[in-house]
Amino acid sequence: MIEIQNLSKRFDQFTAVDNLSFTVKEGEVLGFLGPNGAGKSTTMKVITGFLAPSEGKVTIDGFDITKNPIQAKSLIGYLPEGAPSYGDMTTLEFLKFIADVRGFRGAEAITKVQKALDEVALNSVAHQTIDTLSKGFKRRVGIAQAIMHDPKVLILDEPTDGLDPNQKHHVRELIKNLARDKIVVISTHILEEVSAVCTRAVIIADGKIVADGTPAELEAKSRYHQAVSVRFTEHYDLGADLTGIPGVGEIEKDGEDELRFTIFAENAESIFSKVSEIAQKNSWPVDEFHVNRGQLEDLFRTVTQVTQVTQVTQVGQVENNNG
Amino acid sequence: MGSIGIIFKRELMGYFATPLAYIFIVIFLIANGIFTFELGGFFLRGQADLLPFFGFHPWLYLFMVPAIAMSLWADERKTGTIELLMTLPIKLSDAVIGKFLAAWVLTGIALALTFPVWITVNYLGDPDNGVIFAAYIGSWLMAGGFLSIGSCMSACTKNSVIAFILTVSICFIFVIMGSPILLNAFPDWLPQFLVDAFSAMGFLTHFDSISKGVLDIRDMLFFTVFIGAWLTASAIVIEIKKAN
Repeated sequence: MIEIQNLSKRFDQFTAVDNLSFTVKEGEVLGFLGPNGAGKSTTMKVITGFLAPSEGKVTIDGFDITKNPIQAKSLIGYLPEGAPSYGDMTTLEFLKFIADVRGFRGAEAITKVQKALDEVALNSVAHQTIDTLSKGFKRRVGIAQAIMHDPKVLILDEPTDGLDPNQKHHVRELIKNLARDKIVVISTHILEEVSAVCTRAVIIADGKIVADGTPAELEAKSRYHQAVSVRFTEHYDLGADLTGIPGVGEIEKDGEDELRFTIFAENAESIFSKVSEIAQKNSWPVDEFHVNRGQLEDLFRTVTQVTQVTQVTQVGQVENNNG
Repeated sequence: MGSIGIIFKRELMGYFATPLAYIFIVIFLIANGIFTFELGGFFLRGQADLLPFFGFHPWLYLFMVPAIAMSLWADERKTGTIELLMTLPIKLSDAVIGKFLAAWVLTGIALALTFPVWITVNYLGDPDNGVIFAAYIGSWLMAGGFLSIGSCMSACTKNSVIAFILTVSICFIFVIMGSPILLNAFPDWLPQFLVDAFSAMGFLTHFDSISKGVLDIRDMLFFTVFIGAWLTASAIVIEIKKAN
């Protein structure tokens, strides 16, 4: 279990992580989301013991990362941002070095290295210098070193960045397979990835948690939850049919396709049956008609932009004071 | 094999995986040859000793050693591998010592490959081999002193060229500290113990006696403590600077 208690990290005057608290349990795959500069990577650097917290503490399975760094770090597999590795070594040499550091000797070391090579499909470049590898291969070398010792806690900073769709799929499957008895924390910009692999998503902005829940729960918080999408075959004024129907909120025309509309639900109640009844009664000329689960992207924008707006007003106030 | 050994092995392999180690060794040997035989008047002196050979070592190290030391930590920070290294279950002190030892052994290999000079002087005359052995040890210790400064300077910056220039400058100060020219320049009103302390920090003060065959425990202790102090400083600087 990872326990993060009142964690803050400041660089001079700048607060990157602000009083963050959460726990991650075995079997959870936590998606760590947030705009650039929200403090995702900084939080991961503190959890893995690279940076010392300014305040608060992090424990990995009971080991405090600042007080018992060696024990805590042995439980963690970490892919840092940008997947750094020693470029002058070959893939095999590099993984052997990691096996050495992780305390594997002799035949066991060879087995571990081979297993890591197999899991991320690196056998073809085992004898190539890492500097000469493509971005996707370098990322996989980084993942291989992180998973080699079968760690209890796996922390991956943007694991699929720079991979092609097939490789992305492969890495996601790998994460899902690894996750059964482990704790996995991944940071990502790609929201579809969260729905695909994560059992829980935490969105942070300006170093604070702004949303926390399962992907489905977060989707349900979005404006698009229970909204009905329709696409007409010809121009049709649906506004007249829908006025006064309880539960039906705004109607929005799609920006690109002017025959496509979204009918929002008020209070997140299901309006699908009501709307479909009306559509049948008035025989709407539709060729598409479906209900939305909600959009993570919409929620992400809502919760992260609010804080940015307050930031702007604060800056404005400072300027006024100076003037 | 402990963590120090693992880091040491990786670093040393790294030197020989690139042309760096070979270039360093070849240039070191050529420069030694020029200094000893051309500038040092090895043959003209008509004496069977290696004083001209060792006498140039402080000046040779002044440029050669910072060239190895400059990338010790600067490159780790530049490429981000420091984050990988520091999140592996390794103590920072082990990493600092392992890297230092690898670089020190590389200078040791280069120094050992000057053995033909030793053979030559034995062929030509009847030198005191004990003195020569002591001088080799002293020279290697001095190289370690230069390297430990380089380790700390390399930890200060991401840019290895800046690390090189800083290292050369600071090493230069330590080389000339004990020289009479500098000591004569001190004003008279300075208390004698300050002047003595200053001169005691100089590399030449300690190396001169070693190269003459006086393997004094105090001179050896000086270099050992000196290396320890700069490596400790390296670890502190890395701890402070690793985030940026």
